[in-house]
Amino acid sequence: MNNYLTSNIFRKVLASLSGLFLVTFLIGHLLGNLQLFIPGVEGQTQFNKYAFFMTTNPVVKLLSIITYSAIFLHIFITLYLVIQSKRARPVQYAVSNGKDNSSWSSRNMSVLGTVLLFFLIVHLKSFWYEMHFGEMPYQYLSDGTKIKDLHLITTSAFQNPFYTFFYVFCMVALSLHLKHGVESAIQTVGLKIPSYEKFFKYGAMLVAFSIPAVFASIPIYLYVSSL
Amino acid sequence: MSGLDLTLKIWRQKSSVDNGGFETYDVKGLNSHMSFLEMMDVLNEQLVTQNKEPVAFDHDCREGICGMCSMVINGRPHGPLKGTTTCQLHMRHFNNGDIITIEPWRAKAFPVIKDLVVDRSSFDRIIQSGGYISVNTGSAPDGNAIPIPKDIAEEAFDAAACIGCGACVATCKNASASLFVSAKVSQLSLLPQGQPERKERVNKMVAQMDSEGFGHCTNTGACEVECPKEISIEYIRKMNLDYNVNNIKS
Ligand code: HEM
Ligand code: FES
Repeated sequence: MNNYLTSNIFRKVLASLSGLFLVTFLIGHLLGNLQLFIPGVEGQTQFNKYAFFMTTNPVVKLLSIITYSAIFLHIFITLYLVIQSKRARPVQYAVSNGKDNSSWSSRNMSVLGTVLLFFLIVHLKSFWYEMHFGEMPYQYLSDGTKIKDLHLITTSAFQNPFYTFFYVFCMVALSLHLKHGVESAIQTVGLKIPSYEKFFKYGAMLVAFSIPAVFASIPIYLYVSSL
Repeated sequence: MSGLDLTLKIWRQKSSVDNGGFETYDVKGLNSHMSFLEMMDVLNEQLVTQNKEPVAFDHDCREGICGMCSMVINGRPHGPLKGTTTCQLHMRHFNNGDIITIEPWRAKAFPVIKDLVVDRSSFDRIIQSGGYISVNTGSAPDGNAIPIPKDIAEEAFDAAACIGCGACVATCKNASASLFVSAKVSQLSLLPQGQPERKERVNKMVAQMDSEGFGHCTNTGACEVECPKEISIEYIRKMNLDYNVNNIKS
């Protein structure tokens, strides 16, 4: 049918697939960040070499372009849908009672998404921008070469309790976004068949809790070890 | 027994072009065995004796099967009771002295005609676009001649329980008609008689739903909670899958 590509169902599928892709990105990103738990010079060296690899490898470059595209697509399509759904109800109810029929996170995906967008901007400015364009300190390796010291930038950033708190707060928002998002995306793409409903429901909850929790543990760890 | 005294805050709107606003009314000494609509009748009689315009509201069967009654009662379509239409909601579920806010269905695709009456012909146009079987499929004996597994028959029947009241749209934060449309698609597409037009039906009904200005589905699940016939959002999943698979294949 010719209007498939402009149907709301198709748009929603795009929101779901881009969202699910971003979840796989989060898992990869998280695994890389776990290296921040390695103590001492050894951890510093390994993390900086990893950061160097991630900013120079052509395959990673391609992946990052796909990831940025997915973020843009996700934001663009969800923004469009949110505006459209506001238009679908021009006069609001004087009394509405959402808590009796739906979860808070499901009703506030756009608020949570906006928090995530704000987080993304701050996060990219702090680390991505500094790594590419900022004045970076260097770590001198035992073989005499020097390497940009992103490890130092990261560990010193999380000596600040407010900055640490901001990260943890945003991970709570991420968790709530994923709590509804993952289950919703599975329903939207049609996978949530009744016999697997429990599996998907609890699987989605596990994803929504564990990814942000492990992410948040890194700033907390860095802050506590700086004390 | 002295009966129930209530304060009602009701949306009054003279016509589709009027801005409208809330009016407050007191009704006293109500019998708690009354239905919500009978309570509205009492209010209207009171208004008529005071030479005031009665409140316009939709109703027909008053036994929970036609889908005409349509009021948002304290923020919930058809009121607080699960699986119940407004006409089947009884005043014993309210307490003496309650303040009850009554509003019409709110959606761009359901414009207010007067007071609590909205124009739901957008639903009719969705049905007209494909919610039918073009050939005569015969009467009950003909239907019974086709073997259909019990669980499929049950599932189709559960979808067919939709009375088209529009509570799903009214409660959805996006004013989405997905639950209604998916029930109307599924009641036919699950059965053998619905197969020849299956693809065309879902495509046309979804296109009509979009063009009426309903919002999209964000899977909050509010609709299945508020639906007086407790229709499951599983039908939405089915409809979406059908729609996607059809269009990706072609
Ligand atoms: C790491 C970042 C993110 C991930 C992993 C993610 C993931 C998801 C997922 C899986 C969904 C569910 C899609 C569906 O219901 O079918 C979703 C929905 C949504 N996302 Fe995100 N998201 C992210 C960032 C953002 C950002 C930055 C924004 C906005 C600026 C945003 C706004 C939304 C909105 C509004 C929805 C609801 C869409 C709807 O139901 O119509 N998200 N997200
Ligand atoms: S009046 Fe018919 S369902 Fe309520």
